[in-house]
Formats: sequence, C-alpha cells, structure tokens
Amino acid sequence: MEPITTVTSTTIPLMKENIDTDQIIPKQFLKNILKVGYGRNLFFDWRYIGPNKPNPDFILNKPERQGAEILVTGDNFGCGSSREHAVWALKDFGFKVVIAGGYSDIFYMNSTKNGVLAIILPEDQRQILAAIAPDEKITVDLPNQEVRYADYTFPFEIDPLWKDKFIKGLDDIAITMGYEDQIEAYEAKIPSYN
Amino acid sequence: MQQTMFDKLWNRHVISGKPGEPQLIYVDLHLLHEVTSPQAFEGLRENNRQVRRPDKTFATMDHNVPTIDIFNVQDAISRKQIETLDKNAKEFGVRLAGMGHEDQGIIHVIGPQLGLTQPGMVVVCGDSHTATHGAFGSIAFGIGTSEVEHVLATQTIWQTKPKTMGIHVHGKLPHGVYAKDIIMGIIAREGVAFGTGYSAELYGDTIENMSMEERMTLCNMGIEGGAKMMNIAPDQTTFDYVAGRKYAPKNMAQAIEDWQQFYTDSPDAFDKVIDFDVSDLAPFVSWGTNPGMAVPVDQAFPAVQNADDQKAYDYVGLQPGQTAPEIPIQFIFFGSCTNGRLSDLKIAAHILKGQHIADGVTALVVPGSRAVKKAAEKMGIDQIFKDAGCEWREPGCSACLGMNPDQVPAGMHCASTSNRNFEGRQGAGSRTHLASPAMVAYAAINGHFVDIRKEEA
Repeated sequence: MEPITTVTSTTIPLMKENIDTDQIIPKQFLKNILKVGYGRNLFFDWRYIGPNKPNPDFILNKPERQGAEILVTGDNFGCGSSREHAVWALKDFGFKVVIAGGYSDIFYMNSTKNGVLAIILPEDQRQILAAIAPDEKITVDLPNQEVRYADYTFPFEIDPLWKDKFIKGLDDIAITMGYEDQIEAYEAKIPSYN
Repeated sequence: MQQTMFDKLWNRHVISGKPGEPQLIYVDLHLLHEVTSPQAFEGLRENNRQVRRPDKTFATMDHNVPTIDIFNVQDAISRKQIETLDKNAKEFGVRLAGMGHEDQGIIHVIGPQLGLTQPGMVVVCGDSHTATHGAFGSIAFGIGTSEVEHVLATQTIWQTKPKTMGIHVHGKLPHGVYAKDIIMGIIAREGVAFGTGYSAELYGDTIENMSMEERMTLCNMGIEGGAKMMNIAPDQTTFDYVAGRKYAPKNMAQAIEDWQQFYTDSPDAFDKVIDFDVSDLAPFVSWGTNPGMAVPVDQAFPAVQNADDQKAYDYVGLQPGQTAPEIPIQFIFFGSCTNGRLSDLKIAAHILKGQHIADGVTALVVPGSRAVKKAAEKMGIDQIFKDAGCEWREPGCSACLGMNPDQVPAGMHCASTSNRNFEGRQGAGSRTHLASPAMVAYAAINGHFVDIRKEEA
C-alpha cells in the first residue's frame, strides 16, 4: 500500500446520501480479475449517457473539476455490496481522500486496505467544502487529523492503528504473520466435536 | 457482568488486541465465490503465500453462472472469472463445488445446507450477504477482497468490535405476512444505515417460532439496514437443522453442549434495543431505489422530502400518493440468497398452483442451489411453476444482480424476492420492487401487486 500523509487538492462535491457501491461501480465491471482499470467506469450509470458518451451535466465530467483528488459526499457512502472494486475504482480514477457523513462498515474496511483515506465530517462542514470553487484547494492533513480550507480547520477522528498503516503504507498480511505463534496456540484450543 | 451472545462469541475468537482497538480474530469458515476472490489469490501468488487452512475454506461459482445452460458461458470475461476460481481452487487445495457439482449454489444457501455453517463460528465471505449465516448464532459478515486475501493467508482478520443492538421482535405474524416483510418493515422504519457500527441480534417469540430458513431471510437483509452482522441465538431449531448435514459435527451432543452457551444474558447487555411488534404488520413492497424506500402494500408512497427522493421517483417512474397495486409489473424474479430456498419456492408454488401468470409478464424461477432445485423437482414444484408460465432455471445469483444474462430490461418493473432495489441493480434502467415470495407470486398472476390479506381472506 502506498503511504498517505497530506493531500492538497481541488475537490469534487457529490452531495447525495446513501450512494451504494452498485452506483460507484456497476456489476458489469466486476468481472475483471485485476485490481486496476476501474477508474474509467467509476459512477458509470451517472457519468455516461450512451456508449462512451460522457454526460456533460455530471460533475466528474466537468472540465474545471479534472484532477481533483478529494471527493466530498453525503452520508452512508459505499453502502450495499461488499465489492472492493468500488474503492479500486475511486483510487484508479485518482481520488486519494473521500469526505462523507459516514460509511458502510465494509466500505470503510476496504478503504483502509487500499490507501484511500475515508474521513467523516459533519454535514455543515461538508456543505462548506462542497460549495468552494473548482479551482480552490483544500488540505487533508492526516498526521494532525485535520482538514484545512481558507480560515477553516475541521478536525477528524481516525483509529490510531489505521492511521499508522496509512502513514507507513503497511501491508496487513505481513504484520499478521508476525502473530503466527498466537494463531497456532489459538488453533490448538478450538473444540473439534468429533 | 451481563454479556450479549455477540460478546461471548467475540471474546472466544480474539487472538490479540485490546477492546476498543482493532483486534485480531480467528475465522472458522471462509466462503469464496468467483467475483471477489481472483485478486486475492493473485496476491498470494505474488507474495509466494499459501492458503493457511484450506480445510476451513469452501468455494463455489454463483454470481456469473448462466441459468439456462450453465456450461455455455457466453461472456468471455465471466468465463475467465469462473475458470480462474477453478484453477485457484485446484492450485491452493481449496474445496470447490464447481460448475455442475451437486453442491453448487449461491454461497449463502449452500453454506447452511451443507452444514458448513454452525453456531459459535466466525464466518466471512467476500460478499455483503454473509450476514445470512448469523441466523445460526455465529458472527458472520461480508469482507472486501483484501480481507479475503488476508484470511486466506492467515485464517484471521483485524476488526474493531462493533457495538451491539438488540431487536426485540414479538407478536404473532398475521396471515400473508412473512419474514421478508419483517426485515423490510424494520428497515423502512429505522432507515438504511440504522445498523451501521452495530452487530444486531434478533430475539423474541416471533423469532423463536421461526424456521431456520425464515431466520436466514431476516439476517440476510441486515446489511440493507447497515448492520454488516445480524444474528440470532441458536436453539433446538438450529441444532435440528444442522444435525445430519454433510459437514455437521460427528459428535452433535458435544457440539450442542458447547453451542448452548451462546445466548444473551439479558437485553440490558445490549448497547441499544429497539422494539418491533409484528401483530399488525402488513406485507411490504419497495417503491424506490434503496431497501428503506418501502411501504405496506395498502399505504401510499410518501411525499418527496428531498432531492434523493425526487431522483428515486424519477428513476422508477412513479409518483408520491400512488400505491403498490398501481405499479405495472412485467417481470418476476423468484430466487436469491434472501428468498431462493425450498420453503420460499413452496410458498410461491402453493399460490401459483392451477393459476397462470398475467399476459406480458416474464417470470424466472431460480432455485438457490442445485440441492434446492432437485428437492423442488422431486416434489413436483417445478411443474407447478412451468404450468403457470414461469421459466424454471438452473441455480445461481441470477437476476438479483444480473451479472449473468438474466437481466430486467430497461424501464420494466420487476417484482422480485431479492434484497436490493438500487438503480440498475437488475440491469441498466431496471426498476426493482422487493417483496416476499407470496407477494411476488400474486403479482405474477395479476400483473400487479395485490394485498394478500384480502386475496386470501
């Protein structure tokens, strides 16, 4: 996983509640056996109005919004299906940070595995961020756990273990393999019912 | 200190870590399917890692499987994904109910059916409907592909213990009202994120009187209310269901003695309790684009309260103030991990017997597993569906999410026994209306929903 510490970028606001993972990446794109290449189909049904014809009204297609690395969105983001393809698509498109009112538990765990920082901010603060001009940048500072824009500073919470993983870009499996003795000891105690 | 069933299950599985922080917990059963596993196996290969416990891992193909001729996978990418699981299972020594195997079916149908799912376990799968297995008194939840890889390599997973919620479900279910209506009613009242951050336990006399298949329908849809884990304490009904199945414990007496510890000491032990009285519950139908957008069959669709509601009405082509019977139904789907079990098909067949589906309606019946299909055929249920004008298909996830060719055409309204009515879920432009198998059966006959309570009065 690539480390992530501070991101300064323009934003894309998509202020809808309950955006489910079927909308983030529809089923027809789940058949791939790779982790990359999903970005072009992110929000597919909203983003295209015909085969390869971008919907000019959809914010991801606006010329002035290109290159943004921060998505500002509604509550319960990433609900529904467990598909990690949703996080892969956001990452592949170029998003490094999502700022929402909340996340489904499965989406949140998936974000921690891919270096996509999922931040929770209350609605009034997100509305401020959603209203800023397309060329204005905000800063997401993970070490200090704050989002900064103009004179505003919005603190956010993150579990210390996930924070450490993000900053160091750690591989979970390598960490867990260090617990081999404890796992073996646990396995020796499992009742077999045989 | 008083504990919930969940506390007891969780504590038993902790390998490392302190409460309040992510803890390393042991996984007893890891279920796999072809869509969310290929990148995980690839990750193992890249790092020269093995599957730590193939004996606790079980795979099948379900999402992409065609339901007319299962061996004729037209879509090259779907075929590649199916072949990849076959290859990965062989290479890593994982048990597989492959294409055409007698045990093949939707992963959440075959786990319980084979006796793989047992009380007291931690069960994970790269699929959000893993909550289904919580009906057995286990901790069961959906995970992403990175977590799949982690579990394959270590048989463990890092999780922060969720809060616990008790859902007290009580009262006698009225005639024509089913488990599906209970969970839809709870989500309609509490919202699609009420369970986020919680493990929810269903308890009460209504639950105690239910079969395992009804309990699975309830827990299956916990995730639609945000609860990635929903469970029910095991009891004699649970033990009787597990006993004698292919992978059930050999020493059931010993197993039951252990499993009987898993109950909640007192509702006071929950962080939160909600109450749901089913005595006056009506059959539910979803009108919008998430499972919380649902109303009792005799109630009008709600007024527009925000932009999201308006977007949903625009998508489904309906208006506030209309009622479910006004929806023109052209497509019918019986199946899915929510309602694709034998008892669900029996309920629908009972209603369809001697009847015919309405003109212009297409109806698919997709059993949840090959075993369900065989059992139904032995009882003659397949003939009832066929005589009624339905298509009797091979098992799989099918039109619940339309990864295979079974899709609802754009603009069509589908009465569906599945679990999600998201935009485009059953096919681009499809309009899904979730309901119980009985409600869907009547909708098939009439070309629109009817109030079962009046129909069967």
